[in-house]
Amino acid sequence: MSSFVPHTEEEISSMLSFLGLESLDDLYTAIPAALRLGRPLGLPAGLSEVEVIEKMDMIASRNRSASREMICFAGGGAYDHDLYSAPRALGGRSEFVTAYTPYQPEVAQGVLQALFEYQTMVSRLSGLPISNASLYDGASALVEAVNLAVARTRRSRVVLSEAVNPHWRETVSTFAMGPGHEVEVAPVDASGSTVWPDDAQGVACYVVAYPNYLGLIEDVAAVKRRAVEAGALLVVAYDPVAMSLLKSPGELGADVAVAEGQSLGIPLSFGGPYLGLFSTTMELVRLLPGRLVGETVDTRGNTAYVTTLRAREQDIRREKASSNVCTNQTLMAVWAAIHLSWLGRQGFAELGRRCLSGRYYLSSLMEQRGIGEVRLGSGSVREFPVSLQRPASEVVEEMLGRGFLAGVALEGRRSIGAFEGSLLVAVTEKRTKAEMDRYVDELAEVLK
Amino acid sequence: MTQTEIFAAGGKATSIPMMGGGPEPTIFELSVSGRRSGALRNNGVPLVDPASVIDTAYLRTEPLDLPEVSERDLVAHFTRLTHRQYSVDLGAYPLGSCTMKYNPKLADTVAGLPGIANTHPLAPVSAIQGWLELICTLEEYLLEITGMDAATFAPAAGAQGELTGLLIMKAYHRHRGNQKTKVLIPDSAHGTNPASVTLSGYHAVTVPSNARGLVDVGALRGLVDNEVAGIMLTNPNTVGLFEEEIAEIAEAIHEVDGLLYYDGANLNAIVGVARPGDMGFDIVHSNLHKTFATPHGGGGPGSGPVAVVERLARFLPGPYPVRGETGFDLIQPENSIGRVHSHFGNAVVFARALAFMLALGGDGLGLMSRVAVLNANYLKALIAEHYPPAYQATCMHEFVATASNLKRAAGVRALDVAKALLDRGFHAPTVYFPLIVDEALMIEPTETESRQTLDALAAALIEIASMAENGEGARSLHEAPQLTPASRVDEARAARHLVTTWDAKD
Repeated sequence: MSSFVPHTEEEISSMLSFLGLESLDDLYTAIPAALRLGRPLGLPAGLSEVEVIEKMDMIASRNRSASREMICFAGGGAYDHDLYSAPRALGGRSEFVTAYTPYQPEVAQGVLQALFEYQTMVSRLSGLPISNASLYDGASALVEAVNLAVARTRRSRVVLSEAVNPHWRETVSTFAMGPGHEVEVAPVDASGSTVWPDDAQGVACYVVAYPNYLGLIEDVAAVKRRAVEAGALLVVAYDPVAMSLLKSPGELGADVAVAEGQSLGIPLSFGGPYLGLFSTTMELVRLLPGRLVGETVDTRGNTAYVTTLRAREQDIRREKASSNVCTNQTLMAVWAAIHLSWLGRQGFAELGRRCLSGRYYLSSLMEQRGIGEVRLGSGSVREFPVSLQRPASEVVEEMLGRGFLAGVALEGRRSIGAFEGSLLVAVTEKRTKAEMDRYVDELAEVLK
Repeated sequence: MTQTEIFAAGGKATSIPMMGGGPEPTIFELSVSGRRSGALRNNGVPLVDPASVIDTAYLRTEPLDLPEVSERDLVAHFTRLTHRQYSVDLGAYPLGSCTMKYNPKLADTVAGLPGIANTHPLAPVSAIQGWLELICTLEEYLLEITGMDAATFAPAAGAQGELTGLLIMKAYHRHRGNQKTKVLIPDSAHGTNPASVTLSGYHAVTVPSNARGLVDVGALRGLVDNEVAGIMLTNPNTVGLFEEEIAEIAEAIHEVDGLLYYDGANLNAIVGVARPGDMGFDIVHSNLHKTFATPHGGGGPGSGPVAVVERLARFLPGPYPVRGETGFDLIQPENSIGRVHSHFGNAVVFARALAFMLALGGDGLGLMSRVAVLNANYLKALIAEHYPPAYQATCMHEFVATASNLKRAAGVRALDVAKALLDRGFHAPTVYFPLIVDEALMIEPTETESRQTLDALAAALIEIASMAENGEGARSLHEAPQLTPASRVDEARAARHLVTTWDAKD
């Protein structure tokens, strides 16, 4: 058995006798006997470190993870991008990894300043001046955006495009049950565009994805006009990597912009820990969920950082708080700041262009080869749906055997209107021409 | 300034920055136009002009303004920032209710295994059998530890677990046709409890504590009526005491078909000793980043699994991993409240927690909690003369002491004590919480700090108390910390003059 208790038996005995006790169980006299377990836990006996790692590796090896043997064309909110050594080494430093929430700013300047830098980068990505220190993931960021809009407008009708990530829509519906928001889904038509309801009565916010789940760049400006007319907020769920090429949500009039930050240097990780990006306008700062780092000075007049506008937060406002967020995803926010700094101005622009070029190459190749019907081929940055002659989930299953995670099947809970049964294919800068050529060959075989 | 001259094994960090003690410029100030770190791969695909593919109305005209730094400058900058940051790896972190224990390194190796780090969350079930096995195994262990029947790991942190648990409570009452409007919460509760209750659509009703620091069961009975959906309790509670009358509380709540919610913030006290399920709790959240030693990352990622009794399993969020005859599968529980996370939760944190449980085993987990409680009582006794405990009873994993003596005698407050501890190489305890104790110092040493570290921490606290006895000493405590990367930070100014990005600077 491994133990991280440093005490020797003698130390335990002497500490007990210092307290006037005989055994460790004497510490628990406050627990009524009937409520004590009275037996050891029915868990296996403890293992040495090497045995633990071997056992975990055995379990992990039953996953078919992204690798040379399992080339990943799946996206849908989680992307197989290249990761780099310096950001990984820095992000793995134990001062970042094993710190607690920066309650004592005098000894937490490292995390606080990294978050300040992160907030700056997220504000540039989103084009909005206020960005928080992160939320759990894209879905939770959207939930908080919807709550903010409801609190701001004192209305409860929330209109989401069907082409917002279906998992995020489901999450919004789950948490809407508490306060009782009315969540309405505006369907997408065969062109992949959202058809917004004519009736704007009582709308708190419109939520549009940019680019949307199908990869299409929707007419965000038109949604903005609709929101302004209705006195509603515009919430934009954006793809941060696409911001390398596209105008920011802020430029298009977003009141709140949210995103999944996994693409910014976080491994696929079976879906978590990821990173929820959240930005808004100065006007809405008092309703901002989560933590916010601000610049200040210390008693010597040196620049210092601290969590600020704390009066918004749950530990102070308690039942009057508009969000219950406490722990967030600070470490992933630090990773994203380091990753974006490594890419830099030129590298980030190049990253977007390479994704787009790869996407264009693959969708063109599939069109040339007559692989299914490529939908929305033009316009998208790194993802597109293709209708196949067979159900996408069957194709995905067969492609696994050929060493490819072929994409995301838009079926079941992930089906989107006219695109039900399509395969959503993602191309990052990591996918080489040779991989794409082979992917198309294998896909042709499977579809034969 | 006198430094406590006790250097404990594995205990006392130096708080003096090793080098570069001055403020570090931001990455934006280090930026030089045209500079960059590494190159991207050439993927062999002809480069496309974005304007030929994307509607120019949406195309950005200038590249996004990100820092332009060499990899060498990048590494220097963030390494210097780490020198301005305290962490568990550096020394003791006795924050009450935060359970900042040592995070074993073996979990880092596990987190980096390719089968853990590189799995796509939308891969078909046949490609994620390992992950589903991992989650099901972790669930079985957690259920044994908590005495519950089914658990979801989707909530990304304790607060999200609370809200998930409350939505399960709400779904249960709707299913039963119960008309419920309120949830009871003790006055010592964490702030997330009342905030989560509001977001669940219920009203939070405060239950007073009695003079012993426990729920006033008489007052509670007076508050219980048919509109009570349930109660949220932390047991041991936030003052570090076990709610001895939990069985009576459970009975009163269950009588009106209410549910008992267990906030697992303080689970570290009782693993292998007592189980929330046996106390009558119906919904239990745990914090994997506390009890099961996964690193907190400076404020996350956490992980807040929610375990429930059998009759509530049908309401759990989906998708829910299950162990089947021929393999593992994902199902949607019959009356599921729905999805609470983009994917499955903070999955890599599960892997770390399972590795921790496998390493310790049943016996090791039991010893873990017992020593956590031993350490808390030992430290409480060492400092009791100078910092009287708010409650006399044997504490569990943490205790609340008060600095009210120092405040009365010399105007030295809990905040000053906290800041002075930073100068002595220790992180401060939680201060001014719970709200029901004046000048509260809430101290949780955890089981991974040695006796020598506790002795050194007590000596530092006692030295601070004795400094408060004279005017000069008290003045220097008001000026602490002096040896830290920043001296006392002006929090009010940050809020008054809001600058939250480099671009917002004048």
